[in-house]
Amino acid sequence: MNRLEQEQQHLVTVTLNGVSRSGRAETRTLLSDFLRHELGATGTHVGCEHGVCGACTVRIDGVAARACLTLAVQVDGRRVDTVEGLADRDGMLNDLQQAFRRSHALQCGFCTAGILNSCTDFLERVPMPTEQQVRDMLSGHLCRCTGYTPIVAAVLEVAAARQTQPEETIDA
Amino acid sequence: MKREDPVVAMAQDAPFVGRPLERVEDAALLTGRGRYGDDLGIKPGTLHAAVLRSPHGHAILKGIDTTAAEAARGVRAVLIGEDVRRWSQPFVVGVKEPMEHWSLAVDRVRYVGEPVAVVVAEDRYLAEDAVDLIRVEYEPLPAVVGIETAIAADAPVLHPAVGTNIVSDRSFRYGDPEAAFADAPHRVSLTVHYPRNSCTPLEGGVVIAEHLPGDEGYEVTSNFMGPFSLHAVIALALKVPGARLRHKVPRDSGGSFGVKQSVFPYVVLMCLASRKAGAPVKWVEDRLEHLAGATSATGRLATIEAAVESDGRITALSFDQFDDVGGYLRAPEPATFYRMHGCLTGAYAVRNLRVRNRVVLTNKTPAGLVRGFGGPQVYFALERLVQRISVVLGLDPLDVYRRNFVPPQAFPYRAAAGALLDSGDYPAALALAVREGGFAELQQRRDAARAEGRLYGIGFAAIVEPSISNMGYITTVLTAEQRAKAGPKNGAIASATVSIDLLGSVSVVVASAPAGQGHMTVCAQVVADAFGLRPEQIVTNVDFDTQKDAWSVAAGNYSSRFAGAVAGTVHLAAVKLRDKLARIAAHQFGLAADEIAFAGGKVFPRSAPERAIPFARAASSAHWAPALLPEGETLGLRETVFWSPEPLAAPDAEDHVNTSAAYGFAFDICAVEVDRATGRVRIDRYVTAHDAGKILNPALADGQIRGAFAQGLGAALMEEFRYADDGGFLSGTFADYLVPTTCEVPDPVILHMETPSPFTPLGAKGLGEGNNMSTPACVANAVADALSTLGDISDLRLPLTPAKVMALIGFDDPAPSKPRERAPEPAAAAGGGRALTATGTTEIGASPEAVFRVLLDPAALTKVIPGCHALQPIGENRYRADVTVGVGLVKARYEAEISLSELDPPRSLRLTGAGLSALGSARGSGRVTLEAIPNGTRLSYDYRAEVSGKVAAVGSRMLEGAARVVLGQLFEQLGRQAGGAAPKPVSWWDRLLRLLGVNK
Amino acid sequence: MKPASFEYIRIDSAAEACAQLAEHGEDARILAGGQSLVTVLNMRLAQPQRLLDISRAKALDYVRIDGGKLVIGASATQASVEWRPGLAKEVPLLALAFPNISHFQIRNRGTVCGSVAHADPSAELPLCLALLDGEVVLRSRRGARVLKAGAFFQGMLMTARQPDELVEEVRYPLASPGTGHAFEEFSSRHGDFAIVACAAAVNGDGIRFAVGGVADRPRVVTLPRLAGNALDDALNDFAWELEARDDPHASAAYRRHLVRQIGRRVIEQAGRAIPSAGGH
Repeated sequence: MNRLEQEQQHLVTVTLNGVSRSGRAETRTLLSDFLRHELGATGTHVGCEHGVCGACTVRIDGVAARACLTLAVQVDGRRVDTVEGLADRDGMLNDLQQAFRRSHALQCGFCTAGILNSCTDFLERVPMPTEQQVRDMLSGHLCRCTGYTPIVAAVLEVAAARQTQPEETIDA
Repeated sequence: MKREDPVVAMAQDAPFVGRPLERVEDAALLTGRGRYGDDLGIKPGTLHAAVLRSPHGHAILKGIDTTAAEAARGVRAVLIGEDVRRWSQPFVVGVKEPMEHWSLAVDRVRYVGEPVAVVVAEDRYLAEDAVDLIRVEYEPLPAVVGIETAIAADAPVLHPAVGTNIVSDRSFRYGDPEAAFADAPHRVSLTVHYPRNSCTPLEGGVVIAEHLPGDEGYEVTSNFMGPFSLHAVIALALKVPGARLRHKVPRDSGGSFGVKQSVFPYVVLMCLASRKAGAPVKWVEDRLEHLAGATSATGRLATIEAAVESDGRITALSFDQFDDVGGYLRAPEPATFYRMHGCLTGAYAVRNLRVRNRVVLTNKTPAGLVRGFGGPQVYFALERLVQRISVVLGLDPLDVYRRNFVPPQAFPYRAAAGALLDSGDYPAALALAVREGGFAELQQRRDAARAEGRLYGIGFAAIVEPSISNMGYITTVLTAEQRAKAGPKNGAIASATVSIDLLGSVSVVVASAPAGQGHMTVCAQVVADAFGLRPEQIVTNVDFDTQKDAWSVAAGNYSSRFAGAVAGTVHLAAVKLRDKLARIAAHQFGLAADEIAFAGGKVFPRSAPERAIPFARAASSAHWAPALLPEGETLGLRETVFWSPEPLAAPDAEDHVNTSAAYGFAFDICAVEVDRATGRVRIDRYVTAHDAGKILNPALADGQIRGAFAQGLGAALMEEFRYADDGGFLSGTFADYLVPTTCEVPDPVILHMETPSPFTPLGAKGLGEGNNMSTPACVANAVADALSTLGDISDLRLPLTPAKVMALIGFDDPAPSKPRERAPEPAAAAGGGRALTATGTTEIGASPEAVFRVLLDPAALTKVIPGCHALQPIGENRYRADVTVGVGLVKARYEAEISLSELDPPRSLRLTGAGLSALGSARGSGRVTLEAIPNGTRLSYDYRAEVSGKVAAVGSRMLEGAARVVLGQLFEQLGRQAGGAAPKPVSWWDRLLRLLGVNK
Repeated sequence: MKPASFEYIRIDSAAEACAQLAEHGEDARILAGGQSLVTVLNMRLAQPQRLLDISRAKALDYVRIDGGKLVIGASATQASVEWRPGLAKEVPLLALAFPNISHFQIRNRGTVCGSVAHADPSAELPLCLALLDGEVVLRSRRGARVLKAGAFFQGMLMTARQPDELVEEVRYPLASPGTGHAFEEFSSRHGDFAIVACAAAVNGDGIRFAVGGVADRPRVVTLPRLAGNALDDALNDFAWELEARDDPHASAAYRRHLVRQIGRRVIEQAGRAIPSAGGH
């Protein structure tokens, strides 16, 4: 059992995109705010703070989840992956990011980080999804710009490409 | 890849305009490097604001106590109405009426969500803590919610100084509509309602404001998107010269769709909050604030009538329209009416037109820009009418379209109310949609479905899509005399700056405030073509600073002005700079400037490509060696061009107005199947054919169409801001305001044709709003066609939810086999606003006298009222109480006043309560009647409750049930306190308990 | 939209949770998946003084078959049940219901016990528990008690749980041979709260049919193996029993209509889903 008092700053340490990072949080600090304003990982966006829009979706121990419905103190000691960790250190986009760019699967880009995180988790569990499965998974994200079609296309394209290509040689 | 001469490779790729290039923007956005408003670094010491908002639709602000809030942890200031009165002035209003609209309510609130106070604290959490500590005394007033209510003679008036809720009433007449209606063999009319909805960008408003002491003014960064004509409105409200209001826009914006226009009042509010706090202040609008208080498309009630020949030709149109603009007429309203005014006759060659526009105030959020602005409302009336004409006259709807379209040879065509339709070929677009969209197949599907008794329908919509608004169109709301006095307004000035640096790299600066439309990409394409470079070599800056960048009245991201106006102006600036560079290079080559060509990254004499020099070298010499410039050539490689479309004149004395510079066209076909069992509308196919002139990047164009289609589909089928009769807002979350997800949006068939505009530099027109205008009407027409086999159904109200469509289809609701006592019936039907009401009876094992005694005894009454901590007498049978109402997880602590009245011991009384909490207000009143029966009392009640504010906004799904729970607790305790046995309920309460028996 | 302050206690076992609940009662709230609770906290519709976070309590994170039931511990996520390879055979109704429950990302964190404890009248997991006559294990310092779903759900967001009790586990009976199941939900959008959700289990003995989203809790009716008009009449009587109310999404009459329409479809589907004897 671990008791943390309210109205005080607590040290929270996470492995953010493979790097150990620490910051301060009150018990009530949402993970979304902690990532953005304490650790400076502003790629995770906040769209509704009630779990519907999906913009803040990150991966906690690999599993896609809403950062706005998670307290920062809950992830102390855990692995958190965000959009900043998808490309390699030189900025080379991964296959999913490349497919999004090719398919014009983003416009304003505000919902995109969350979608990429959901897709990353999902495609590991369901490597060869049907279009309906992809649409079901994506229904946990609101996008007001694209009408969704190019997003669905990008995800299906990546799934198909991963079936035919060894994972190492994905860059174009 | 084999090595090629890069010059050859570049020449093969060019021109870049017209190609579906990948976006320059995406690498940053896909890696979390976006620069949205809330991502920017802020000055150390910046404070954070939270806004206290009205829980009432309409109330007098009687007092405000900020003592506790100011004393709370981390709080630095609380801004209230009197501060706002001291440091600012009301916003200018578009009509000549004495209406005051401040950035904060000063004496009255007129919509749920209206700002009442701003807390500035060290972080947002602390600011929200303190918001809950502010005590406001409201005197609730009757609210007006519907247009019909607001215009009634005895309606409560929102702005007493105006004396009416109709703040503008203008009539217009073009041609000879009376004669045309008198002569017409047929008149077809329709009354339509367009709901309140919005495109709800995923990023809310963000404002970072700093007051500079003395008369230095204010510095602001916000994701306000324009029109920057409103910069003047903001500066006037803050009582500073424009140059003392420095406003910056970040590079990225998380969607806008017109909606971020509504950030502007918050720019003023946060400037004042910063002034009060003496430090920079940041405010990030959250989703509840956004849905309740940002903006909405105007609701509209319109009666439209056509004079029609027997072959379907329309000879006159009449519009009688009311726009619901909400609690204030906020700039740029009443622009929803007037943006479309010049092209009210749509795609049709109708010379006779009659219009009456009335602007109506209601107790709702102020309306403003929402993608499609004005179009969805007009076309929902006009295109539904065309469908009705085909039904009433028994004509093929496509024939009605063909007979009425403006003929292709007539362009540019001056429409009846003044729009100069620049170019197009409407019959060809219709033919394209019919041919490539597979209309014949859809007809076969309809035949097959109907043969099986299924409900399948096909709808159409033809829309003229205006782009590049005439900044003078809004003055059409004034009379010609008023306009003459105020001076003419017209034009739509766009600006762009192109420069080349010392190493020959090219930069573009535009004041277009994009929100995902790919402006950087298109600017790079346009400029690359001008200079013979590759788009990757062009750097575009779309962040915008009113003190450093070139801009004018029309700057910003609205009215689909980018492709036609901004990209066109970028082209003009690039060409101007290229011509200068050509003159400089020609001087060095010893040739005339028109001999110089730019291609493949080189500059060379047209006649001698082998003498080519690299572009960078040609450019750098202008910087490093001014001595080499031809005589008379100006210094520097930077050109700024301002451009305004030639045809945009001010409204004339007869109220003709060319409302926009360019007019695209879309023809849509929608096929739906309606599920007979549930009323669900399924889109079988959606075809949309567009003519937006020259297309600059087809991939981006299709992206705009898909996005607009998804929003149009949402408006057609699910999106609506709902209000209760008392003005309570009921769509406060993304679980209540329903936005389509990937499971609801099919992929439309997109078709293009290109008839360039003669009036824009690149021949391009806007196309990003067309489907917001066409899709709601087209889907409704398809549903009307699907239901046509059931009878003549014309009154389709958006959104076409399954419940509404099922009601149109009709269904049996057979009585149960065993007669049963009726459940308490709610007062009003679904979909509309309503109070919570119910009647019922319960039996208590104590005498009426005993029950009555309990009700009159404060100690006992305390125990009867659920969650009541203590009753403090404040008068005869009047108490103040602290009541915690809880249902499941949810708990709200109300400061309440409870009273008993209409006492008739031991027969009846009225129990009334009203309370206010941080979660909103609640009022309830119930008449309780006691009747002696053997072994006790039969208690009958009827209650009416109104719950407003946050609880109603986010919990409308649960309110009815919550009221039942609380009432159940109350009667249970009443029975106990009266000393009898637990109540022995009958009617619905009885069954609530009996269901345990069912539930075995 | 930020929560009010609270004390946070990370809980590792049922005993710790019960000790805290015994001490603090209603002032403490169990935080499991948080997919409803944190939403409510962010809106400040609830301001508990302390949160008892059981999301990392290994001792409560289990899903197992025991005594003919699928037993799900308080910390087990919905995803951990949904992605069980054998779920479609173990509790076919749950396999049918899961795709309707909110969204992939929510099910990843949301817990089964949390949904049952929250008792949203539109929620699918309570509906399935009610239809299958499952059980809820409530533990407190006073001991454990096991309630049938029908006794546990008491009204809108109201259950038989006492303030000092933890919903320690829920138990869904495994499918019995010869029973077919079906589930169908009607909602505004995929993943939304049900306007009407229907579940049915049909075997040789008769029909168990349940409806969510209409009454203040999931409601179950047991019917003989009716068909045709007799089934329609029974469904209509049940639809009226549910005391449907008008709300902004649907009228009472429309909800009754959906119960009749979808109910019939679901019962017929469940009948068709009865595994043939000696099959597989």
